[in-house]
Amino acid sequence: MKPPPFHYYDPGTVQEAIALLGSLDNAKLLAGGQSLMPMLNMRYVLPDHVIDLNRIPELSHIDESEDRIVIGAMTRQREIERSEFLARRCPIFREALIQVGHRQTRNRGTIGGSLCHLDPAAELPAVLAALDATIHVTGPQGSREVPIAEFPAFYMTPAIELDELVTSISFEPWPEGHKSAFVEFARRPGDFAIVGVAALLATNDAGEVLRAAVTLAGVAAGPVRCSAAEEQLVGAGIGDDLIRVAAETCRDIDAMEDVHAPSSYRQHLAAELVARAVQAAVDGPGAGLSR
Amino acid sequence: MSMTPEATDRRSISVTVNGQRHDVDVETRLTLADCLRHRLGLTGTHLGCEHGVCGACTVLVNGNTARSCLMLAVQADGAEIATVEGIASENGEWHPLQKAFHEHHALQCGFCTAGILTSMVEFLQENPDPDEPEVREALSGNICRCTGYQGIVQAVLDAARRLRSPNQESSS
Repeated sequence: MKPPPFHYYDPGTVQEAIALLGSLDNAKLLAGGQSLMPMLNMRYVLPDHVIDLNRIPELSHIDESEDRIVIGAMTRQREIERSEFLARRCPIFREALIQVGHRQTRNRGTIGGSLCHLDPAAELPAVLAALDATIHVTGPQGSREVPIAEFPAFYMTPAIELDELVTSISFEPWPEGHKSAFVEFARRPGDFAIVGVAALLATNDAGEVLRAAVTLAGVAAGPVRCSAAEEQLVGAGIGDDLIRVAAETCRDIDAMEDVHAPSSYRQHLAAELVARAVQAAVDGPGAGLSR
Repeated sequence: MSMTPEATDRRSISVTVNGQRHDVDVETRLTLADCLRHRLGLTGTHLGCEHGVCGACTVLVNGNTARSCLMLAVQADGAEIATVEGIASENGEWHPLQKAFHEHHALQCGFCTAGILTSMVEFLQENPDPDEPEVREALSGNICRCTGYQGIVQAVLDAARRLRSPNQESSS
């Protein structure tokens, strides 16, 4: 299995990349390559042109702001996983990323690549949906912002034009000390998850939930927001009964069916894993990994 | 329509592999793994699945592990690569991981071993005192179809002990 022949470009700036993207037909952007390279090796994709984004330094950064955190699209998954700032201000990234592929793939894989490849089972889009992230996109007409909820157009297809590229992702961090967890079920560590859950909770001193975000990976083309579960959680004191009631709202969600699992099993996992994720968030850092 | 093979794109690159600089002219579609094996003659790096799942082709790129089947050789232009051939000392003495693999019967056919050794070099640098579940998690990106992993896990734990106290011989 070898990649098909293509013309290769490695621009040094976003502007050069966009100029190439706008002038070449049947071009593919190469980010971390942990999905595109297998697809090239297997010749699922046959691009005439490959535009490598790995030599564009301006696309790789983590802006450590308390107001709005910005992560460059080409920032490696491992850099995000190992960022002490994010571990403190947004610990769900580390917990989710430890479950993404393997160390060897996370050393290359990027946040923008995961987002644009948009595998239904991918962890990072679910995390970004829970954070209500904004996707920053640049094209020949300039830059624009796409809310994460509008980013998936359909199966494995982001709502951006062929001559646009994602430059960064930004979001407002939750209050310091907020609770979070990422829980998933996969057949083996590092495999694609059948269902994954991102949960964020902000509570007051009395343990009442002030704000909740719960999203699912693996049930539909893009991340699914569990609004009913969030509504159950907000305003109440966390306890076993509340967690169960909130989780049960996910039992009748529309879930996709494929070779890995029927939709009924995904619905079951959604309810079960939402309960585990909320409990893990309450239990504290790292609790999601043992569930 | 893809390019015809006659019209392939080529580039001259310079890579440092195990401390030695190589200047090679490659097709831009050539993977790093095939560059190492076919152009530089470094056949210690093995190719199992060629789509990033088996881990056999793992090498270190600027100190970080990567699947060499999922990188193009042109992407390694200017980089420092370490392969399994480069993990022993310059005087030929085996790396503590290699000694431990030898003593704990951590390989049978040996096909997966190169990728496991390079992966564990990075892992033990980061986590010099892992417990068994951490070792198993770190090995999860490398598939071995012979050993059942038992000897591999023991060897990694033993190598970690040796690296922490270099004068100590095998503790098992």
